[in-house]
Amino acid sequence: MAVPISYSIRSLWTRRLTTVLTAGGMALVVFVFAAVLMLAEGLRQTLVQTGSPDNLVILRKGATSEVSSAIEPEKAAVLESLPGIAVDEGGETLLAREVVVLIALDKRGGGSSNVTIRGIGRESLALRPQVRIVQGRMPRFGVHEMVVGESLVRRFRGMGIGGTLPGALKDWRIVGVMDAGNTAFNSEIWADAEQVMQAFRREAYSIVIFRLQHGFPLHRVSAIVENDPRLTLQAKIETVFYLEQSEAMARFLRILGITLTVIFSLGAVIGAMITMYSAVANRTREIGTLRALGFRRRAILLSFLAESLFLGLAGGCIGIFFASFMQLITISTLNFQSFSELAFKFTLTPAIFGQSLAFALLMGFIGGVLPAFRASRMNIVEALRTS
Amino acid sequence: MILWKIIFKNAFRHKLRTALTVLAVAVAILAFGLLRTVISTWYASVETSSATRLITRNAVSITFPLPLSYYSKIRQVDHVEMVSYGNWFGGIYITEENFFANFAVEPETYLELYPEYLIDEDQRSSFLRDRRGFIAGRQLVERFGWEVGDIVTLEGTIYPGNWEFQLQAVYRGRDENVDESQFFFHWEYLNETLEETDPAMADQVGYYLVGITDPDMAAQVAGEIDALFANSPAETITETEESFVLGFISMTETIIEVIRIVSLVVIVIILAVVANTMAMTTRERTGEYAVLKTLGYSGGQITFLIMGEALIISLCGALLGILLTYPAAQGFRQALRAFFPTFNVQPDTILIDLGIAVIVGIAASLIPSRQAVRIRIAEGLRRIG
Repeated sequence: MAVPISYSIRSLWTRRLTTVLTAGGMALVVFVFAAVLMLAEGLRQTLVQTGSPDNLVILRKGATSEVSSAIEPEKAAVLESLPGIAVDEGGETLLAREVVVLIALDKRGGGSSNVTIRGIGRESLALRPQVRIVQGRMPRFGVHEMVVGESLVRRFRGMGIGGTLPGALKDWRIVGVMDAGNTAFNSEIWADAEQVMQAFRREAYSIVIFRLQHGFPLHRVSAIVENDPRLTLQAKIETVFYLEQSEAMARFLRILGITLTVIFSLGAVIGAMITMYSAVANRTREIGTLRALGFRRRAILLSFLAESLFLGLAGGCIGIFFASFMQLITISTLNFQSFSELAFKFTLTPAIFGQSLAFALLMGFIGGVLPAFRASRMNIVEALRTS
Repeated sequence: MILWKIIFKNAFRHKLRTALTVLAVAVAILAFGLLRTVISTWYASVETSSATRLITRNAVSITFPLPLSYYSKIRQVDHVEMVSYGNWFGGIYITEENFFANFAVEPETYLELYPEYLIDEDQRSSFLRDRRGFIAGRQLVERFGWEVGDIVTLEGTIYPGNWEFQLQAVYRGRDENVDESQFFFHWEYLNETLEETDPAMADQVGYYLVGITDPDMAAQVAGEIDALFANSPAETITETEESFVLGFISMTETIIEVIRIVSLVVIVIILAVVANTMAMTTRERTGEYAVLKTLGYSGGQITFLIMGEALIISLCGALLGILLTYPAAQGFRQALRAFFPTFNVQPDTILIDLGIAVIVGIAASLIPSRQAVRIRIAEGLRRIG
């Protein structure tokens, strides 16, 4: 027969201060664990959602980011005659030549950071269905107009509609704000590619992007692009390209996160162990009594293990509860690889919820298993004799 | 005196519990020390920057170049002693995971402007002679097992193609904060190749490095340089090396903020563990405290007993943690060397560790000692368990 669950729960309740402190320690560890996972997930989602699996990005061979890539107009023209490029209802080929430059802008809180200016073609918006104009309008082609991402409006100075930027763009006007959801475009400025190239004296585009016809084999296009000796270009699926952009940062977050959680969880497991050992020591007579009443060793073991798991569960729930508020926070920082500002959110997914809870229970289990064994192996007579 | 004895006896009465608590504190102090070191490493390059070096770059952003023709104009500005220039090359060695910083620089002036790079005289001159030679920091050389004379190929990301260099010299840092993981080669080699393959990119300089005679003149010199090129197609921003580096750091400040917050969380975790131990200990010893009170010990003395015990535990933990921080920092450095060229535990981190141990010891004993002091003698003697 098993010891009633209520025994374990009431034991925790009797020693509230200790329970609160132990569960609190675990809650903090779970909080950090969940927050790191949420951050990495937010970064991943931002970059995955930025790309579209149907789009193909062409970069210069060897280039690892849009800024370091260059495609001369002659090469761009060659690319337009590739097979397999999708066509929209109006008969336009869904292909855009884009130029990407970085400019240093002042942040609201002081300091400055690199912001991506994307010179777009007529089909750029059609290729990025995630982008919506929420205020004002799209910039017209042939004039000095631009549209800014929502996340920039919040973080950088002078970004509202009608605003202007310093330096090479001083006679350019902001005519709209775009909401690109959780994507890198939300941290970008868009304007007519030809105007951007003139303003920054660029002779080459940075990338050419196009939609692949549905079902057209990717390898045929990439083989043409990559094997043509005139081109020295490479083709990448847009989602893959953006994933690669986040690799260094994701790796950094992962290593930092894993190191921290492992170290922190050691602390919390030890905390749980202290609590459970003293719970066992203080209740020696109770354990003796339970055994005398006929409860088996295994029942005692399970009862103490249950108590420790409840501690872990409580810590896990509190930790996840507070971590879920982190979703309100957006992190904006420089992405090392693209060398430009990128905003992303802490994102809680069911998987992270499950992992955090499992992690909390695991901490409770590891912390409780040794003390529970000690409790189960007590000698009845000696246990009853202790004062 | 007898109080001290009791404190020590008490602290080690429950051997297992004390050992576990000490271990928990050690782990937390270790984590805190590593996080502090991450932050101080981030700022390490600020400390090594010199007050007599200015950096001139394109006003639009660092990714835009400046014409080579600015060189002679900058040199004529008053108080300018020496000018050098370079380009971020951004080459990849075999795979992207092997990341390290590599620059094409005007070698002679560059090395003169960086006296903190210590180089063997023979190696220096053979590097200067060999147009395809490169110089690398000691750590970088050790990381890849290069030896002087080896040929190293970088794949260009900004400048396409495979670029071959020969290791001619290795530099050491004058002190441990100097970044020993950089790679420099001749700017001429880059430029000659570009003249053939991509003339539009030739004669372009990523940044100018300006050595000035007097650090107090920095603001004036910077202003004069920027005024020279105002309203030209490539306007400049000139700032001290320190503010240039700080500007870089401020771009990633959000991450530093997050690490700061997390390092506070770890302190709260230790506090919870130590406070828990003290709460359990005092609850068990309520009877003993009542006896002490009967003997005439004051509330202050009992508080001293409990606080002293907590302090001993937290300080033992801190010492263990500090001892572990050094080998752990070594391991951390191995895992993250692409991100952190240097990773040294600073002395002030150790002081802060000790400070935290004291604060945690005192804070953890506040509630338990108040309870122990408040309880009435008769009640305390009657209580069990």
